[in-house]
Amino acid sequence: MKIHDLMSETYSALSGNKARSGLTMLGIVIGISSVIVLVGVGQGATASITSNLSNLGSNLLMISPGASRNAGPVSGGAGSATTLTQADAEAIKQNVSDVSVVVAELSKRYQVTYKGNNTNVSVVGTEPSYANIRNVSVDNGSFITDQQQKEYSKVAVIGPTVRDDLFGADVDPIGQVIKINKIQFKVVGLTVAKGGSGMSSSDNSIFVPLGSAQRFLAGRTSISEIDAQATSANTLSAAQQEVTDLLLSRHKISDSTLADFSVMNQADLVSSLSSVTTTLTILLGAIAGISLLVGGIGIMNMMLTTVTERTREIGLRKAIGAKSRDISMQFLTEAVMLTFIGGFIGIILGWTAAIIITKTGLVTSKVTWQSVVLAFSVSALVGIIFGYYPARRASSLKPIDALKYE
Amino acid sequence: MKKNIIECKDITKTYINGDISTTVLNKVTFSIEEGEFVAIVGPSGSGKSTLMHIVGALDSPTSGQYRLDGSDVSRLSEDELAEVRGTKIGFVFQSFNLLPRATVMRNVQLPLLYANVPVEKRDSLALKVLESAGMDKERYYNRSNQLSGGQMQRVAIARALINNPSIILADEPTGNLDQKTGRVVLETFQKLNNEGKTVILITHDQYVAEHANRIIQIRDGEITEDAKTTRKHLRALEGRVG
Repeated sequence: MKIHDLMSETYSALSGNKARSGLTMLGIVIGISSVIVLVGVGQGATASITSNLSNLGSNLLMISPGASRNAGPVSGGAGSATTLTQADAEAIKQNVSDVSVVVAELSKRYQVTYKGNNTNVSVVGTEPSYANIRNVSVDNGSFITDQQQKEYSKVAVIGPTVRDDLFGADVDPIGQVIKINKIQFKVVGLTVAKGGSGMSSSDNSIFVPLGSAQRFLAGRTSISEIDAQATSANTLSAAQQEVTDLLLSRHKISDSTLADFSVMNQADLVSSLSSVTTTLTILLGAIAGISLLVGGIGIMNMMLTTVTERTREIGLRKAIGAKSRDISMQFLTEAVMLTFIGGFIGIILGWTAAIIITKTGLVTSKVTWQSVVLAFSVSALVGIIFGYYPARRASSLKPIDALKYE
Repeated sequence: MKKNIIECKDITKTYINGDISTTVLNKVTFSIEEGEFVAIVGPSGSGKSTLMHIVGALDSPTSGQYRLDGSDVSRLSEDELAEVRGTKIGFVFQSFNLLPRATVMRNVQLPLLYANVPVEKRDSLALKVLESAGMDKERYYNRSNQLSGGQMQRVAIARALINNPSIILADEPTGNLDQKTGRVVLETFQKLNNEGKTVILITHDQYVAEHANRIIQIRDGEITEDAKTTRKHLRALEGRVG
């Protein structure tokens, strides 16, 4: 049987019962489009988390103090200890060769006021190189300078959200004086909006020189975090090990499980978060896959009905010379054609839906060509798998029995 | 002497259903020459349908030999039988068995799909056989479910002719038609026979059988009578027509 004949037979069979073909196809349309949209949502989530994390800076080690342990079993919780000092940061800078930049930070939330407005933001006391390793760039004015660092200057670099809260949008804050915890600081810079939210947002932060933060705000010389940038992605784990060993010996701790600090590796953070989003993608894909499966069963159901209805036709075709293969090919082609057309419509529909969902801004649905190819091949496969049994059943009918069938 | 197109020797067909075996055909032997018009007649249950299935290569005999157009087809596989049916036999059924939503042209061309005939040759072949079958020209592109019974049977006859088969096998071709239309269809078979086609008619109706030149009577799985139609038959026929 020629391809051309197969196609024209398929067309006339499917168009002969438009309502039924359409409804059966609808199952595949819904299945495929939900695969496209939901896998897109999963991949969108992965992409946005990865980009948020890379906003933090690259190849970072984040060293934070552990829990404070006073006498007795009461723990102050991680980060509460004051064991990390600037001397530690200095030692890392001197002794760890795989680390290129080290920045000490002391951050705490304070009430900040300007005239009648006030807000509560994270005030980060830090060093000039913070801007480089944390990807903070300055829109207007300048970041903290070495000079200001040395002189314990009461200067502040503010994020755009802080600017909006204190001054109002589009107001130039440079040169204005704000009060952090009732102490006057002069605004010298405004950072570029980076987006993102929660802990990774630099938009809702104020940066001041580390010394000024220690002397005027915290009243202590300990620091709350050390950021170390490894020389490259390859040396990140080696650097992590070296930093851990160094700090353990400096703090005179022999058992690493009792360490009074923790070293977090940015790559670990990325991989653990992306494993979460991968799980999410698989979960969403599986839910969509179930609807595709149901669509496939719909195809099988329709094909079985068709075979029963067309038993006499099958008998006739066999009587006039059709071989078993001709019959099974015909029914298989009908099933594959249904899923193929359904899959095609589903991809278009799913893609459109993904674009609309992304436009609403609630979630990002990112359609990749891989997911389109996957959806298309899955729909063809569904057609073959669910069309095979009905096609076999049709082709194995004996011509006499089929002709006698009422 | 003309060559035998069908040679059946000791054809036996036995159905086994559990412990019970039923012999439907018992050592049936006969032959049909090229160009004959034969009617196989018998009441229902006589085995004539089973004989037609075997002669039509729709089924294989349990034992015995069946030679069609010189080659033995009694021990072929299903697909080989399909090939034989497609090239050597043209079927006409009681219930026409047309594809209801397809046009007349499409129905007639259906066997060509399985015989790998090039698309461009199909229309001219279809037009030729439709004319032989006496089909009304204006209806060639009508859907077959818009036709009358007589027209449907003509389309079915045209479909049977399209692969230029060795034999035309008609199973109760007038069973679903009124007497007048039935007679027209039988005349079509006579005309085809006059043009040289071998026609085999399976029927339970003696009147229908008398249109043939030879009648094979079958009863309880055996041939009881095999004779040329006599003048008496023909006169009787003319009497009824008149």
